[in-house]
Formats: sequence, C-alpha cells, structure tokens
Amino acid sequence: MASTTRSASATGRDGHVQPPRRTRQAARSEQGDVVDAEVVARQVGPSTAGGRPQSDRDADVSTSLPVAVARADEPPSDDQRRSDVDEWGRSERVRELARRLYDPVYRFWFRVEWEGLDRIPLTGGALLVANHAGAVPPDAPVIMHGIERELGRPVYGLADSFFRTVPVVGTLWSRAGGVPAHPDNAYRLLHDRRQLALVFPEGIKGPSKRYADRYRLRRFGRGGFVETAMRAGVPVVPIAVVGAEEAMPVLFRSNQLAHLLRLPYFPVTANMVALGPLLGAVTYFPVKLRLRVLEPVTYDVEPGLERYSKSRVMDEAEQVRARLQDALHDLLRERRSVIFG
Amino acid sequence: MARRVLVTGVDTFWGGRVAQALEREPSVDLVLGMGTGEPKVPLERTEFVRADQTYSILSRIVRATRVDTVVHTFLVTNSSVMTGRALHEVNVIGTLNLLAAAGASGTTVRHVIVKSSTHVYGSSPGDPAWFREDARRSAPVTTQLERSLLEVEALVRDFAEDNPQVAVTVLRFANVLGSDIVTPVSTDLRRRLLPAIAGYDPLVQFVEEDDVVRSLEHVALRRIDGLYNVAGAGKLPWSEVAHLGGARLLPLSPVAPRLVCAPLLRLARLELPPELEALARYGRGVDTSRLVETGFSYRFTSAGAVGSFARANNLRRSVGQGPVYRYERDLEQFFRHSRAVVREGE
Repeated sequence: MASTTRSASATGRDGHVQPPRRTRQAARSEQGDVVDAEVVARQVGPSTAGGRPQSDRDADVSTSLPVAVARADEPPSDDQRRSDVDEWGRSERVRELARRLYDPVYRFWFRVEWEGLDRIPLTGGALLVANHAGAVPPDAPVIMHGIERELGRPVYGLADSFFRTVPVVGTLWSRAGGVPAHPDNAYRLLHDRRQLALVFPEGIKGPSKRYADRYRLRRFGRGGFVETAMRAGVPVVPIAVVGAEEAMPVLFRSNQLAHLLRLPYFPVTANMVALGPLLGAVTYFPVKLRLRVLEPVTYDVEPGLERYSKSRVMDEAEQVRARLQDALHDLLRERRSVIFG
Repeated sequence: MARRVLVTGVDTFWGGRVAQALEREPSVDLVLGMGTGEPKVPLERTEFVRADQTYSILSRIVRATRVDTVVHTFLVTNSSVMTGRALHEVNVIGTLNLLAAAGASGTTVRHVIVKSSTHVYGSSPGDPAWFREDARRSAPVTTQLERSLLEVEALVRDFAEDNPQVAVTVLRFANVLGSDIVTPVSTDLRRRLLPAIAGYDPLVQFVEEDDVVRSLEHVALRRIDGLYNVAGAGKLPWSEVAHLGGARLLPLSPVAPRLVCAPLLRLARLELPPELEALARYGRGVDTSRLVETGFSYRFTSAGAVGSFARANNLRRSVGQGPVYRYERDLEQFFRHSRAVVREGE
C-alpha cells in the first residue's frame, strides 16, 4: 500500500490531499497539451483576421464582383473567438465558476477523501471508470472537481445524451465538461486530445438501483469502455466511490411517472421523504465520500483497430468490475459511520 | 489534358462562383453553365445555357458538348427558398436527369461532382461530436430537405456503382457564411436577431464561401473522387455566432418553437427553416480530416467564416449593397462569338 500512503500522509485535517500548489495554467502547459485548440490557434495565428486582404474583399462586395483573390495559403486563425468554449462545449470560465461554487460542497458537505490519486496519470489520455450511485449521482461532479483541484487536469465526463435534451441543464452540463457518451467521442478525447475521460459503465442502471441493492455493481454494459481504451491505447483507471449510495438513496421507482415525464427513471428518494419533494430532490445527505483510485490497467493490444476480440473485451471488463467490487467491499469494511466515514 | 466542364445552377451563387473560378484555370478548355435564370455574377468565357428546373434537356447538351466533368451545384440546401414539392423536383428529379445524362451510353463524362450538405447527418442528442463521412445518422429523418438530400445521395451512390468508369465526388458542406452568400442564418444576422431555442446553446460549424468554391475547384481539377465533409475547423456556440455576427439572440420557446413563435418570426422577418430548428438545439460537428488529407487547406475556421460575414456586413451597413450585376445576353454573345473581338491565341 505504499502508493496510497502518499495521499494518506498528505491528507489534511479536512480531508484533502495537499499537492504542491501550482497555478492551473502552469500545470497545463507542463502537460504539453493545452485543453482547447483555440488557445493554440490564437498563439500560432498572427493578429490578422481570418479573411486576409480585407480591403480587396470588401471592394469586391461593393461592386458585387465576388472574385476570390488569390492569397497565400496561410493556416486559418481563430483569433476572432470571444468565448472560451472549446470544441467539446467545455468552458474554462464556467468551470472556474463551478469550481468556486462546488468547492464548499466538496470540502465541507461531502468531506471528500482520496486514496491513490498518484495513480492518475499527469499527462496523456486515460479512461477513468467508476461506480455510479445515488438518485442524482454526486460521484461525477466529485471526481471531476477533485481531479481538477488536486491534479490541475480537466476531466471530461461522459454521460447519457439524455442530459442534452433538457434545456439549460444540458447547456450547463456541457459547459462544465460533460460530453455525450459516444464511443467516437471517447476515442477522440482519449487518443487525439489526450485528455482524461470519466465513464460509468453501469450507465443508468447504477443510479436507478434501489437502496437495498447498494454497492452491488450492475452489469458493465457490453464492455465498450474496454474496447474504447484498447482502441485509443490508453490505460483504464478504476475508481471506487463509497458514500454516494447513501447521499441520495432510492427507495422506489415509478416507471409510469418516468414514462409520463420522459425521464430515464423517476426515483422516490429518502431525501424527498425527509425534506419534502422539492428540497429533497436537490439536497444530499451529508455523507462522507471516500474514493480509492485502483491500479491502472493497460492492454497489450494493437491500438486503432476497428474491432477487438469480444471474449477478451468481456473478460477484461469483468475483471475491472470485480476489482471495483472488491475495493468497495474493502472500503466498506473500514467504514465505521456513513456520516463521519 | 484540356477539360470541358459543365456547371449546373450557374444562376445561383454557387454555380456562378464555381464557374468564375474554373474560367481562370488554363487547363479548363470549356466552361458550360446551365441555369434556370440568368447568371448573377459576371462571367468571362462561360457559355450559358438556360434550362428548366429539372434539366430535361441535359442529355442532349452533354452529347453535343462532350463535357468530361459535371459539377452539380444546383441542389437546394435551404428549405426556406421553396416549397417541399419544388425542392423535391429540383433536388431529386434534377439529379436524376443529370445522372441519366452523365451515364448514357457512349458518354464522355468521366467525373461527376455533387454538392450536398451536412444536414444529411441530422442533429440529435445522441450524435457523436464529430461525424465522419461513413457515420450513420442517429435520429430518424424528419425534415423534407434532409429526406431529399439523402435521396440524392442514394441516387449518386447507385450511379457510382453502375458507372465504375466515372469518378464520383460528393461534398457535404456545413452551413455556409461569408461576405456575399444569403442563407437563413445570414438573413437573421443581418436583421440583427438570431433565433435561438431558449435553454440551448449548441456548438455549430460554418464554412466560408471561398472555401466552398475552392473545395469544389480542388476536387474538380485534381479529379478526386469519394465522399467528403467540408467545414471550417473548430466549433462555436450558437450564442457566439450571434455575438460575432453583430446580432442579439431571440430566444424561442423550447416546446414547438417554430409553431409557437411563427408569428414572431414572421413579424421580425426572420428565418428558421425546419432543418435549422434541430441544429439550434443540438448542433453538429463533422470531421474534415479526409478532405484535408487530399491536400486541401482551409483559409477560414468556423469562427473565421462568421467573422468574414460580419466584416462584409459592417461594410454593407455603411455603404449599402452596391450595384447589382445584370446579365446582358447580346453583350455576352458579342464578346464570346463576334469576329470583331480579338482573342488571345488566335
């Protein structure tokens, strides 16, 4: 357990790892790959605008002679951009605001504690795989916020495209780093952009399961996450989360209401019973969240293939699932109180 | 080898611009322009033939002129300019006639280039962030425009299969913006109000009109076949399109926006055709690496295309539209065919 001692020793009173503080910008440039291509484009491109000899072009317009002027082939520049929304919809400004608002929740409400954060690579792509729980799962924002806070690396959260259909929520979710879970999106993020992507292979089955089934991992889809990692040539980093199940336990589900409201599931949570339907829908119980990063898995297969052996993929997915399940049991064995950890 | 090129839709923005570009190419021997109306841009040496919308006389023209390349730009990719039925006539029946002429026995045609649109991918929440050319759309077809474009592409695919001797190119263009072209988005931006669907701010791509013309020229001159996406690099949020284009957002009801807000759109003389409604909700991105690999380089990014429109629009706001070109048939005939005109190389 030598690797976990680093974070354990560095853990402060309020339960945070205290890495040597760097500015976010510095941390990024050290990684060598800057998040948004726009920034690069802005640095590379000269201050001239995209349409080159403007006087010529505009003169054409006024005489309605739209003759394309032969121009030297220069790379297009993007310096007219005004927002910092990247090609995935993530905005660093929105992230910054979200970080500021979410940090108290992270530190004082959930009192998040990490183990083995040093197993998350500081450079290059990696697919983070975690268990998913709670009616409105708190695990995704906690993992995304935690890694950004402690390692200064952005995390793109892959989630069901249902989010996109909800007005306002969908847009905010996208600006905060949410990406529709599509194999092609995951591949591009991991392979082309060399980013961290977070995925919950249980999908909707995780958060919709009832409290009675807590900490029993559902089926890990069809192992698509393993295939994506193989194709992108990146490691899979499993993360076990304990506490999310109790933050918003699902007592029962109403399929009729879900169907009526066109929601993936309609949970009735303990929070709703205790705090009323409105407050309960947005308030978590103040549970202690403990996360353990497990040893990353790398696959010795040729990356970039169209298809991989289905049996191998299913075996590997099952192994990740088993390791996560073991880690959950291990963490639960050590847990004395749901609230205090 | 001297090329003989037929450009359809020479009376539209696209055809006119492509014909202009091809005229400047010394390797192109003949540029033959077909259109239902008169050309709207001045042409140097293009021979203009007037045809009906569905190009029923096309096979005769192809036989008589022995063209080897057909650039089919007369496809409507904006459903606000005509009714659904007219759209079908122009797109599907027009393409059908064109391909029939190009594939007739003893044909001289060796290359057919068809302009399509990235609308064929649709726009839905389950879409990948970047569509590759071989990606399948994830939502069922809902708009008439998309249906007709998909039908056109199916016709072109069959044609390519039946005529292996003909190189077939399909270019799927993202929404176009630029200094001159008129599209629903440019119309809205010029009215300083861009309809948006409240609560949604999708990422969209644009391609600049110069890049469109250059890409058509690129595939025509190098005889590159295949299916290619054409769009400026990067994506930008819908709200930023309004911002860069000097307009404000007009939020529409998220439920049935076109139905509920139709009077409002009509009053403000704004355009939001059905194919843009889904786009304004979920956006779309296409992967353009395949075309870049053939040696094409873009001059504009998506944001650059909006910027190019904005600068031209600023000028228009100050000095107005400027004189409009009018095609003078007798004059053009004189310059092309009169013995009084001294031509180079004679």
